[in-house]
Amino acid sequence: MPYEAWKDNEYIEGLVKELQNNGTNVVVGTFDKLINWGRSNSIWPLTFATSCCGIEFVSLGAARFDMARFGWEVARASPRQADFIMVAGTIVHRMAPVLRRLYDQLAEPKYVIATGACAVSGGPFKKSYHVVMGVDQIIPVDVYLPGCPPRPEAMIYAIMQLSRKIKVERFFGGVNRKEKQEEFLKAHPIPGVND
Amino acid sequence: MTEIQEKIAGMFPEAEFDTSDVLTVSVPDARLHELAKTLRDECHFDFLVTIIGMDWVEKMGCLYYLESTEKHNRIAIKATTDDRVNPMLHSIADLWPIAGIFEREVYDFFGIVFIGNPDMRRLFLSIDWKGFPFRKDYDANPELNPVSTENERQSDFTDTYVETPDGKVEKQEVRVFANDDFVVNIGPQHPATHGVLRFRTAVDGETIKKIDVYMGYIHRGVEKISESLTYPQTLHFMDRLDYFSAHPYHHCLCMTYEEAAGIEISRRAQVIRVIMDELSRIASHCLFIGTFCMDLGATTMLFYTLRVREQILDIMDKTCGARMTFNYECIGGLMQDIDKDFVKDVKDLLAVLPANLKEYDKIFTGNVITQNRMVGVGYLSHDDAIAWSVTGPSGRASGWACDVRKTAPYSIYSELDFEQVVRTEGDSMARFKVRMDEIVQSAKIIEQLIDNIPDGEVCVKVPKVLKLPVGHWFRTVEGCRGTFGIYLESNGTTNPYRLKIVPPCLPAAAVVDHITRGNKIADLITIGGSLDYIVPDMDR
Repeated sequence: MPYEAWKDNEYIEGLVKELQNNGTNVVVGTFDKLINWGRSNSIWPLTFATSCCGIEFVSLGAARFDMARFGWEVARASPRQADFIMVAGTIVHRMAPVLRRLYDQLAEPKYVIATGACAVSGGPFKKSYHVVMGVDQIIPVDVYLPGCPPRPEAMIYAIMQLSRKIKVERFFGGVNRKEKQEEFLKAHPIPGVND
Repeated sequence: MTEIQEKIAGMFPEAEFDTSDVLTVSVPDARLHELAKTLRDECHFDFLVTIIGMDWVEKMGCLYYLESTEKHNRIAIKATTDDRVNPMLHSIADLWPIAGIFEREVYDFFGIVFIGNPDMRRLFLSIDWKGFPFRKDYDANPELNPVSTENERQSDFTDTYVETPDGKVEKQEVRVFANDDFVVNIGPQHPATHGVLRFRTAVDGETIKKIDVYMGYIHRGVEKISESLTYPQTLHFMDRLDYFSAHPYHHCLCMTYEEAAGIEISRRAQVIRVIMDELSRIASHCLFIGTFCMDLGATTMLFYTLRVREQILDIMDKTCGARMTFNYECIGGLMQDIDKDFVKDVKDLLAVLPANLKEYDKIFTGNVITQNRMVGVGYLSHDDAIAWSVTGPSGRASGWACDVRKTAPYSIYSELDFEQVVRTEGDSMARFKVRMDEIVQSAKIIEQLIDNIPDGEVCVKVPKVLKLPVGHWFRTVEGCRGTFGIYLESNGTTNPYRLKIVPPCLPAAAVVDHITRGNKIADLITIGGSLDYIVPDMDR
């Protein structure tokens, strides 16, 4: 995707600037770039789907949308071998502890994409007695992907956003001292988004 | 039906009859079991379609819908209880094994206990859930049942209620598994369970002794939410149950509402609905073939079958505006007219379909490994398919001709020329082949219609605020996975009083225990895959 096509360049660049406020070590900084280049191009998803969004994820893996182009095709069935979890589908009360446990089993550094309206906020089941109103109630979320279900193109966009995020991280030191999501968002408010 | 009514009236003088929709026989709870047995053994009503729990506030009870596999007519039994604190009915789980699961569902939602059911645990909600959500006086305060990130409490025991000779009901605790059983947990996070389904599997070496199916990992309470929505607002849930059968399910709900409101839809809308249903069926079976083969290790097949599926999704995308959740059928017809390329695109699809099917056969069906893993594996007999209510392609693979399009034709299916695919082997291979052949039949239906889409309006005028008359309706269609039913009860307002969804996948998952016993644990994946259940459909 060309640079101009991204709509949040300022936000990401602000983050990079802040990370580099104290100056970057020549050696470590170079290694950071190298490692993050590799990391961001081989993020492996966990095979996790509860409903409709999971089927679009299958389409994403098939020949037409072909996520292998980006190095994401190695979907692992075990969370211990995966880098990120794409929460594809509704999460209900009974599933919540299971999702939490899957998240805990992912190896650091780990990421979460809330895929589809249900995972973002409860979606069409907002009135339900058994649906968790957004997975961010139980696990921290890196990328929110709306849609019901999101098209495979949108999924590609979401994972590309995730890999941009990975690219600006500091692998040496930074990632291992992760801030809580709330603290992070307080320090870095996104324009136009309140919560 | 009048003969049957007279016969029942003779044997059960206290029975009351209601003929407004399906013939409904009300009997006191004490004679429920006897009536069900009579209907099954003497009147050939051998297929238990569903058990519907009901809360009429002053009374609680159940409706049992039965169907004859010979004459395809239906009858309903109604049994009620006045006791809201400890509601109890007699179980019919000894007559139909699937009734055991249906009764657990009713217990979970309404708290009605079934005397004699061997396993009276909750089905979808956790054992610590407070309240019974489908009761009209349920307290939906989220603080009562908060979201927990701690592991759910598990129990090795189940309750069963037994009637003693002096008329009292006793609660007994029974072990789910024997004391020395070796239990392996499969799911809910497992790539081969097709979603979030969980099997607690007792094994003896590699042989399966018993499977305890755990559901509810995607139970969203669609039926309860629907009660607080207006009729048009309930439609979109149909896309999100069995997302492959979005069109047939929509069709069923719209049809029920239209019949209740007395709306006649145009011929054009009928034809387009049927074309959409059959396109969904092809897309659904294609994905089945792909994922089923992938379960068995033949990953390549998925890429071949998804090619056809993507082509169908493109057609849908152009006309409905979405790839999966179409929301295309509405009360009175269709949301919008078909795309200008629709006819051409469908014809292109029909042109490439035979070559594709041939290719699937060449790659997969004749393969030695495929044959060894599928032929004779997971045998389900004709009688067991009926007793467990396994409908759809899985039922037809066991020799049970249960296609609703033939047995109780709806829409314009009675005018169409197609065959009901029935095989008699009853194994995994048969279930696979039935679906392959159904693709051909669906294509045949589309071929007959695609050049003859009549002109006319796509949606008739429907009142902005739709109120249905007081009454109840039960309608079924053939979804991609079996008989899908809607039971609607209206009290004359703009919201449904009760909307019961009868999913074909619940029996398909329940029967896994019965089929897999004595098989190897590796065959569980084959059998589960061949039954082709969709978890959000069974959990709702």
